[in-house]
Amino acid sequence: MAIAEQQPQGSSDGSWHGIVLQTLKRNEISLIPYVPDRVLTPLIKNLHADPYFTTFATAREEEAVGIVAGAWMGGRRGAVLMQTSGFATLANVLASLAVPYQIPLIMFVSERGTLGEFNYGQSLVCRTMRPVLGSLALEHHTITRLDELEFITDRSIKQAITTQAPVALILNPLLTGGKVFDK
Amino acid sequence: MNTRNIKVMNRFDVTSRLIAKLKHEEAVIGGIGNTNFDLWAAGHRPQNFYMLGSMGLAFPIALGVALAQPDRRVFALEGDGSLLMQLGALSTIAALKPKNLTMIVMDNGIYQITGAQPTPAANVADIVAIAIGSGLASSAWAADEEDFERLVDDAMAASEPSLIAVRIDDKPGVGTTRRDPVQIRERFMHGLGVRDPL
Repeated sequence: MAIAEQQPQGSSDGSWHGIVLQTLKRNEISLIPYVPDRVLTPLIKNLHADPYFTTFATAREEEAVGIVAGAWMGGRRGAVLMQTSGFATLANVLASLAVPYQIPLIMFVSERGTLGEFNYGQSLVCRTMRPVLGSLALEHHTITRLDELEFITDRSIKQAITTQAPVALILNPLLTGGKVFDK
Repeated sequence: MNTRNIKVMNRFDVTSRLIAKLKHEEAVIGGIGNTNFDLWAAGHRPQNFYMLGSMGLAFPIALGVALAQPDRRVFALEGDGSLLMQLGALSTIAALKPKNLTMIVMDNGIYQITGAQPTPAANVADIVAIAIGSGLASSAWAADEEDFERLVDDAMAASEPSLIAVRIDDKPGVGTTRRDPVQIRERFMHGLGVRDPL
């Protein structure tokens, strides 16, 4: 993470967050509501710094889902950034808005709760994520490798839009470094 | 709640008065339940969107539409119980300051559709005070129907988001929205000029 955080803003220098930013831009995704996460910080910082994007915090993740759903219907593409515990608040809005209305909801989930988690609650809430995704038969990918990130992200965004179906891109600690016990 | 001098109005009547004022293909987002039932009953328009779930998201959905189409006026109709589920959205809207968004809260103090149970806010909280405290300076109670229409006119000329709160009675919605989410979404997108019909 120390190396990743030193990268210049909006870069396509090969950092995971630079690749995500460039892939969003290439797919004309410009509206980025988020509930923050430590791991996502360099991505959020660079999105804020790039005037192409409208990047802002929301109070809850489902609020962010409502915003990008409305924006999609109005002709503007968006994506929601969150962490695992935030995804756990979304079952209702996925099942009553995104899926039945066929909204191509694009979610980036920073994965807490695994590979060195130090908070038991985070590890438990993480275990609810894939069962919820599976119960709604939602497309989702766990991204662990930098060399697969652009392909998975770009193809998944295009699939979500063309099939009008949500997708969750789970950013695993193997990709991002994750958050480790430091105090 | 400082509403002693505020007339108790009717949701369908107030909704119909709003719709009668819309001449420029303004978007209208109807919140879950009676709020969108009365929007439906007031006469379907291609620029209407009806929520069939996701309680509390009428304002966030409307915000998304407003950000996507800054030249179109966007209205959102929400119940007091629904708004209580998503009060943080008021601050998000206050921070983003969309010039083209008007929020209307239908406040009867009850969850009418589930059996008229009182909300936790009934008799203790003031929706307009909450909105102002959330950063939405242009928030007001409508004193009566004429005042509601005046506030709508003001909102349509405003350059900041507005919130209008309306005390309503305990009557159920007049109609029932046809529950076809894909068709609702597709027709809304046609109405907003995003897509052409097949």
